[in-house]
Amino acid sequence: MPNDPMAEIRASFFIECEELLESLQDGLTAMDDGDTDSETINVCFRAVHSIKGGAGAFGLEDLVRFAHRFETVMDEIRNGRLEPTRDTIALFFRGADVLYDIVRASRDGESLDTATTEAVLGDLEALVGGVIEEEEAEEEIDFAPMTLSLDPIDDDSADAPVEATPPGLLIRFHPAAELFSSGNEPRHMLAALRDLGEITTTCDFSMLPALADLVPEEGSIGWEVSIATNAKKEEAAEVFEFVDGLCELSIEATGTPSAGLPDLDSIVIPGTVDDGEAPEAASGEEPEPDPEPEPVAATPTPPPEAAPTPAAKPVPAPAAKPQAAAPAGGKDSKQAAGGAKATVRVDLDRIERLVNLVGELVINQAMLSQSVAEAGIPANSAVSSGLEEFLQLTRDIQESVMMIRAQPVKSLFQRMSRIVRESSAMVGKSVRFITDGEQTEIDKTVIERLADPLTHMVRNAVDHGLETTEGRIAAGKPADGVVTLTAAHKSGRVVLEIKDDGGGINREVVKAKAEEKGLIPPGVPMSDQEIDNLLFLPGFSTAKEVSDLSGRGVGMDVVRSSIQALGGRVTITSEPGIGTTFSISLPLTLAVLDGMVVEAGGEILVVPLGSISETLTLQASDMEQLGAGTQLVRIREEFVPILDMAEKLGFRSPLASYEGSSVLLIAMEDNTRSALVVDRIVEQRQVVIKGLQESYGRIPGIAAATILGNGRIALILDPADLIASAGSSRTMPALDLAG
Amino acid sequence: MSLKILAVDDSRTIRDMLKLALAQAGFEPQVAEDGLHGLEVLEDMVDDGTPPDAIITDINMPRMDGFGFIDAVRARDDHSAMPILVLSTESADELKARARASGATGWIVKPFDPVKLVRAINMVAGKGAA
Repeated sequence: MPNDPMAEIRASFFIECEELLESLQDGLTAMDDGDTDSETINVCFRAVHSIKGGAGAFGLEDLVRFAHRFETVMDEIRNGRLEPTRDTIALFFRGADVLYDIVRASRDGESLDTATTEAVLGDLEALVGGVIEEEEAEEEIDFAPMTLSLDPIDDDSADAPVEATPPGLLIRFHPAAELFSSGNEPRHMLAALRDLGEITTTCDFSMLPALADLVPEEGSIGWEVSIATNAKKEEAAEVFEFVDGLCELSIEATGTPSAGLPDLDSIVIPGTVDDGEAPEAASGEEPEPDPEPEPVAATPTPPPEAAPTPAAKPVPAPAAKPQAAAPAGGKDSKQAAGGAKATVRVDLDRIERLVNLVGELVINQAMLSQSVAEAGIPANSAVSSGLEEFLQLTRDIQESVMMIRAQPVKSLFQRMSRIVRESSAMVGKSVRFITDGEQTEIDKTVIERLADPLTHMVRNAVDHGLETTEGRIAAGKPADGVVTLTAAHKSGRVVLEIKDDGGGINREVVKAKAEEKGLIPPGVPMSDQEIDNLLFLPGFSTAKEVSDLSGRGVGMDVVRSSIQALGGRVTITSEPGIGTTFSISLPLTLAVLDGMVVEAGGEILVVPLGSISETLTLQASDMEQLGAGTQLVRIREEFVPILDMAEKLGFRSPLASYEGSSVLLIAMEDNTRSALVVDRIVEQRQVVIKGLQESYGRIPGIAAATILGNGRIALILDPADLIASAGSSRTMPALDLAG
Repeated sequence: MSLKILAVDDSRTIRDMLKLALAQAGFEPQVAEDGLHGLEVLEDMVDDGTPPDAIITDINMPRMDGFGFIDAVRARDDHSAMPILVLSTESADELKARARASGATGWIVKPFDPVKLVRAINMVAGKGAA
């Protein structure tokens, strides 16, 4: 299956990038909150640094370039040359945003609008003055793909006309003491030279002291190696790359040079040029770099078919100290990853398959339960209690499987904080963005599909929700607007709230606008809530003129339908002068739900348990007639409108009396309630959600379908939607008589 | 007998790439996520009687960085000659000095070329088969 390991690593690199960007975002947020601890800064730096490293491995030039320059500026903060002021951090946030974009673009192979990138880079560079220009030049050398490549460059030498004397190289090499202490080993280097061609090695014992004076850690011998090779000097020099400065080294080309090879003269790597610590060592060790070169003429090399000369064997190898042959302990836990939880990356497809299988298991278990019930097996029998356990296990398995896909909404929230930054900058408002509950977990598939609607709502909050700075000051509010995004679990669902502390919905303007656009007939009295809900009508926009932000062709109607497609609902509450809150209520997963199986008009239907606050049986004394078609039921000092489910769904006409019927009390997000009348409640249990959208599109009031234990298909209702559509057709909002 | 290599890098991507490149070259790679973890893995390898033949380490890492890691390895008598290659994006000259000062055997600049990496390992650890 892993056909291309590099492609897999590339894919996982982008996942890693997301994680790194997340920790960068976290770090910057912490810094913004005043935490300028060196480790916080380091975390940010490392995030960018790691992205650069990986990007380099895949040749993602744009990403490397940006990350490098970004990192360079961050390094200034790290080493204390730059103050992490608010402005600087704000700029870093922008840098993180751009980095995010480049990562995305690199992943998807798209090109990016360079204007933003360059603008942010320009601002970043301005922070550190001219320094970055130098870095930039250096970068060309460092990060151009393999400028330092040491691959054999054999094109010219291969093409070059070969002539009389066999070409070769003569190397003189005398290690200094530091060479050994750094873990280098001349034996391996000499062995590596063998890759270039036939070698002849002569040991230079001239420096060897008397045995009594010998210090094994000091290099006391040198070698002279002649190689029969077409290789260039650079290739031999490469072998000694790591010991540059730790040895005396000269490399000369021998033999008749082929025309066109310009570098005739030997390059001498001058032991001790730039490394401060090396000179004493080299000079102390050997006063002269062997001044009497062996006659170079001796180099005519042996024919290639001669037996390979063994590479210098008498190597003093102080480096090769015996490795501690520690007793083979019983430790087999090799992956003691420091503190981090071990994780496994799994293809989403495999999880999908598991989710589907669990769905089938739930259905199967329902069928089994039904068969057992029909067979009249007593409740205390072994079969029944076994079934009971099976039921519990199925539920546990299902929950565990759902947990696999569950993810904290944090990444989504971070994206929203960026939206706030961008949109507030665009409309020139100063906005504080507060999040809460970012560890709340939801199904990954839900999170992904929330991004667009949430983006729009957050933009709306900044653009329409908040007043202008002058407006706020005039209203006696703090100049900075506040947008709050929260997530929380509530009775098996997740509730997201986008709240602003702006002026609230101007209902007169909204209503006038809707009338003007012909969305509602003029002059109809409407409740505040009904007016607020006009925002969800297609083609509605409150902006006086279409601003950059709102003119994106997406209205709240689109937001609402995408939330509904997730089995969710969105509601508005608004208070003049105080602000507006949008609430989104969503199922935790799109696969399974707890439902109440009911019968209405002879049909079996499922109502999600989460939306039912209580059930009761209707008594005549509790009921009131209001006007022509509306009946109310009194529930603890509150009158709640009754809705006949069977009638609403068109299964039958309304009944004369609902006395004795069962009622499901539905709590709406805005805290109003409705009473849904059904013929009878059958049972309460888990159902597997089978979407209808693909086949039938969206049907008002119907969320999905499921398969029952007897194999029949039942519709899953969306009671709030059902009630809302009933309400709007009758213009009869819930009444709260108790206040 | 193939060479056992311990590779320490906090980037999962780089660890994956190192593992792949090393395994393809016939080495036996072990990876660790930072300096401290690297010391733990090293300890385990030694305890198992299979100490690494060479170590590759990144520099910028959480908890314990590459310099600290090299210091800690070198501080152990039995590892004073352990070949340690630094794998870093840092620019060459500055890196050589810093890496060497901390006791590194050699250095490789990221992005690494697998061919060069293998050659460098052979250069510092000798060829496993030879």
